[in-house]
Amino acid sequence: MMRAIGRRTVAALLGAALLGAAAGPVAAATIGVSHAWIRVLPGDLPAAGYARLENRGDESIALVGAHSGSYRRIMLHESLTSGGMAEMKRVSHLTIPAHGRAALSPGGYHLMLMGAVRPVKPGDKVSITLVFAGGATETVTFLAMPANTSRGP
Amino acid sequence: MTASLRRARSRCATAAHRLAIAICVALLAACHSHAPRAWRLTDVRGHLPDLRFRLVGGAGHPVTAQALRGENVLLYFGYTHCPDACPLTMTHLHRVIVDLGPLAKDVRILFVSVDPARDTPQVVQEYAAAFDPRAVGLTGDMSEIETLAKRYRVAFKRGPDLPGGGYEVTHSSAIYVFDTRGRARLIASPADTDGDIAHDLRILIGTEGSR
Repeated sequence: MMRAIGRRTVAALLGAALLGAAAGPVAAATIGVSHAWIRVLPGDLPAAGYARLENRGDESIALVGAHSGSYRRIMLHESLTSGGMAEMKRVSHLTIPAHGRAALSPGGYHLMLMGAVRPVKPGDKVSITLVFAGGATETVTFLAMPANTSRGP
Repeated sequence: MTASLRRARSRCATAAHRLAIAICVALLAACHSHAPRAWRLTDVRGHLPDLRFRLVGGAGHPVTAQALRGENVLLYFGYTHCPDACPLTMTHLHRVIVDLGPLAKDVRILFVSVDPARDTPQVVQEYAAAFDPRAVGLTGDMSEIETLAKRYRVAFKRGPDLPGGGYEVTHSSAIYVFDTRGRARLIASPADTDGDIAHDLRILIGTEGSR
């Protein structure tokens, strides 16, 4: 019994280590992030973060989360409209296909940015670290823009 | 002329007569579809009740539908802890207002909160005004909001608690358009283009004076 659990644990740890080792450096070199911006809302209301993501690598990559010194909590969300109802839900990841693109964009996937440490105003530049499956990270500068922005930078 | 020839001619005349009527009907139908009021949004005139509510505005004072008579109202339900979908629609409506230019002087965007537990009058007004200076944010008692929502068959539902606090609210995404007398006239969806919404508002504004 103990041996079986031990084997599974070791296998899981090995797997995670291998994934991390493989994805870490590869992801950092192959992910391109551009047009990153934040829709700023008044007071301490949650804001949304958007960006275009490009995967120049041969393997698909999954965005799994983000963190920043400027917000206490960041979640990956998706807005859905079906049957005349608008819904926002938390999602575990956004896949960027090999040699493909994905977007965090208004009305779709986005970062929900909560609990601004200091008030964020339009024109501010905010550093946010995107986290990918396997542990790779990419720190990106997001431009804060007014609430009624139609198109990002 | 033989009797059989006369019968044949008579049949021809009847057929021609029927064809002429059919053409006239088709032409009339075609004319009708090019009538001045070719709405691009969904025409709901006579199908939904007039605008009526008693809610609370930014200064904490009651606001009623009666106070908005004389303005064309764009009514949209949402909540301020909504950083993506609601801003997208509010920005959409802002662009329509900009598109209308001086015609928008009697157009008002109403943003009604479906999350009064978190949306104080001040927060909801600040949120609405962040999108357009002509936007009014309203909140109030849950019972008053439910009454207004039911009046227009608007559904909303509070979601489960999120890890770390907070929750989302699922809600109808439609935009209800009322004329200056508070009559429900059109329904738009977030998928309708700025151009289509502005087009119908121009017709609505243009017809107000003569009606």
